[in-house]
Amino acid sequence: MKALINLVEKVKPNFEKGGRFEKFYRTFEAFETFLYVKGDVTHNGSHIRDAMDMKRTMIHVIIALIPPLLFGIWNVGFQHYKALGLEVQFLDQVLFGAIKVIPIIVVSYAVGLGIEFAFANARNHEVNEGFLVSAMLIPLVLPVTTPLWMVAVATAFAVVIGKEVFGGTGMNILNPALLARAFLFFAYPSYLSGEIWIDTTLQEGQQLIDGFSGATSLAIMAAGEGTMPSDFDLFFGFIPGSIGETSTLAILLGAFVLIATGIGSLRIMTSVFIGGFAMGLLLNIFAVNDFMAMPAYRHLIMGGFAFGAVYMATDPVSASQTGTGKYIYGFLIGVLTVLIRVLNPAYPEGMMLAILFMNVFAPLIDHYVVQANIRKRLTRMKKVRLQTQA
Amino acid sequence: MSKPIKIKKGLNIPLKGEAEKILDSAPRSVKYSVCPTDFHSLTPKMLVKEGEKVKAGAPLFFDKYNEKIIFTAPVSGTFSDLVRGEKRRILRIVIEADQVDEYVDFGAADPLKLSGDQVKEKILKSGLWPSIRQRPFDIIAKPDVPPKAIFVSAFDSAPLAADLDFIINGQEKEFQTGLNALTRLTEGKVHLSLNSDLTLNKGFVDAKGVKIHSFTGPHPAGNVGIQIHHIDPVDKGDVVWYVGVQQLIMIGRLFEKGIYDASQIIALTGSEALNPRYYKVVGGARISDIATKHIRTEEGMTVRIISGNVLTGTKVDLNDSIRYYDNQITLIPEGNTPEIFGWIAPNLDKFSISRSFPAFLMPWKKFRHNTNIRSGERPFVVTGLYEKVLPMDIMPMQLLKSIMINDIDMMEKLGIYEVAPEDFALCEYVCPSKIDIQDTIREGLDVIMTEFS
Repeated sequence: MKALINLVEKVKPNFEKGGRFEKFYRTFEAFETFLYVKGDVTHNGSHIRDAMDMKRTMIHVIIALIPPLLFGIWNVGFQHYKALGLEVQFLDQVLFGAIKVIPIIVVSYAVGLGIEFAFANARNHEVNEGFLVSAMLIPLVLPVTTPLWMVAVATAFAVVIGKEVFGGTGMNILNPALLARAFLFFAYPSYLSGEIWIDTTLQEGQQLIDGFSGATSLAIMAAGEGTMPSDFDLFFGFIPGSIGETSTLAILLGAFVLIATGIGSLRIMTSVFIGGFAMGLLLNIFAVNDFMAMPAYRHLIMGGFAFGAVYMATDPVSASQTGTGKYIYGFLIGVLTVLIRVLNPAYPEGMMLAILFMNVFAPLIDHYVVQANIRKRLTRMKKVRLQTQA
Repeated sequence: MSKPIKIKKGLNIPLKGEAEKILDSAPRSVKYSVCPTDFHSLTPKMLVKEGEKVKAGAPLFFDKYNEKIIFTAPVSGTFSDLVRGEKRRILRIVIEADQVDEYVDFGAADPLKLSGDQVKEKILKSGLWPSIRQRPFDIIAKPDVPPKAIFVSAFDSAPLAADLDFIINGQEKEFQTGLNALTRLTEGKVHLSLNSDLTLNKGFVDAKGVKIHSFTGPHPAGNVGIQIHHIDPVDKGDVVWYVGVQQLIMIGRLFEKGIYDASQIIALTGSEALNPRYYKVVGGARISDIATKHIRTEEGMTVRIISGNVLTGTKVDLNDSIRYYDNQITLIPEGNTPEIFGWIAPNLDKFSISRSFPAFLMPWKKFRHNTNIRSGERPFVVTGLYEKVLPMDIMPMQLLKSIMINDIDMMEKLGIYEVAPEDFALCEYVCPSKIDIQDTIREGLDVIMTEFS
């Protein structure tokens, strides 16, 4: 280990000012700090610093993403062979899924990190860790049939237009991963709607089973025809959908990691669920069709609701930043999601649009929360002044 | 005594090396120094020349922009050396001490029998005025602007802080005299804040002529800024003063004996202190005279010497002196060695407010915390964290952002007048983006100060 550090220290001068690869210093630095925590010490202010840093924060979100990722990989294989009517081993299902999913992840990381590194070198700032999470989120919210070139285009769009034009991680208004998905949704609608959720590539001698339908539960409800999967299947995730979004159980496992470590905002998560449930109940009261009459709890386990609530809405940069604001922000995401799902026939999945919409409104929510704090402080000052004068 | 004010937000950082309650005396230093840099935004003008003899209490320099505020020698001796830094800024005034101190006589008096102006005059003349500081801006109090109240915190909640209960032991009378003097300086009240669980000394509990408050909770409950916020907050246009307990005892001595006696008790603390305990010294004493013999040495390890606590103290070396307002010296290891995959390792030996480290499972454990910064600076990403360690009705992140964009109107609305860098020290400690928050707050205060002066 010591030798490794020595090796890095040895090549370091090449990247420092005046070195041959001076321009790539930030790239070098990113790998260096990945390998070890540098021996940099505090100079002013607090002499000791909490051991927590951005890298550890982000890696925990990635750890929390592992359950939906693994389940998603298996489910891709499972859905594929189910569509073909074939009984195959568990490992075959995983293998098929892995072959389909891993390239998407690789493309997302390669394109995104490539751009991040280029910007970091050009602007001479450290490479920010935020994209490590975004690059994992992007594949998980896409259907498995998305062509790789589209993954690359969407990722590039999300990083450049979603983040870098605003100044990089921490400055963005919209959630980059969702922006990537929204971009594809509106730029290539034919690839992102219809029967795209199951990989149905056939090899010789294979054919789809009779009466195959690859529609998601949301599409079934919106169209008002087809058979809904059971609540059991919805909760455990044996249903078609984007790679990572199907299993509510796996997502709850991830949510547990985020909440236990305190990295994901419990306020936002719970208020999204409460908002969705409340809106579902409200629609039940005025129900005129099957979708409106659907039990409210089912919204929470259908489609991308849980995934959005746990991983997307909680992105601290694009979410509301004040405590009270987080409740309002989360609640409205839940409400809007169900509203879009049920009342808007064009977009069966409301989660993506609801979160992006509330991302835009988060600064406004914060503004009013801050104004309320200012007013509260003013009244307190006045009260105390009266008391001390009396 | 009224019901204790419960501070819920905050953080006690469990560090190794608390000072044992043993009082030793350090040998008398050969050289003592007074550092104008201990006082924020002070421009010193010298009153003595090198080689001159001075008595303890004799004026050395004054504040260029407030000529009434003078600074005097803590010991008697010869003014031997003037250390200057960049742009000829005066860093240190060194006095070679005599064997025995000779004091300038300011005359003993009972402050309760003097008028407010007479009390003020005496403190100014003795050079003890700088021990009185003010909010807003966290600077030496302006003698001409009377405060609406004066605050004294009788406990320090900072990591490894000196126990003021122990320090006041045997000096209760001087402390009370000091309080009496303060009561003459304001039309309003003098507030004394105790820790409802830890403050037991009669000198605090039975203090007369002041309003006693009690606080309970984690650091920064002992910060006077937090106490002011909960008792009588500072609005635009308000001024409050505050004094540290040791400085108040010196003011007490001034009135009891008529001299500027700068002797004080310093706690030597930290994981790298071999015998963490209390030492009796005279203000301006050299760090080396207290600490040298007690620094742990280890192959490949360097020690950071801090005058003050780990959150707000100043990095010093052995030749420096203890800074004016500090009650402790802290010795901790430098964190200048790389850690392989340190950012993802379980890190059993690291403390963190985050539950992604196992520290929260071991509430009994004390840590040997080093000075490694652990990451480069990042933009604000994580939200809701600063709020957990700032027990004020102030929105820390919004205030910081308003300072960063220089929005004076917003700074005022968000409470810049109430805060000082030390109140935000814990925010800086927990910040995963490693932003220099205390510096930012100081910048904001400076902007406001220049804007309205």
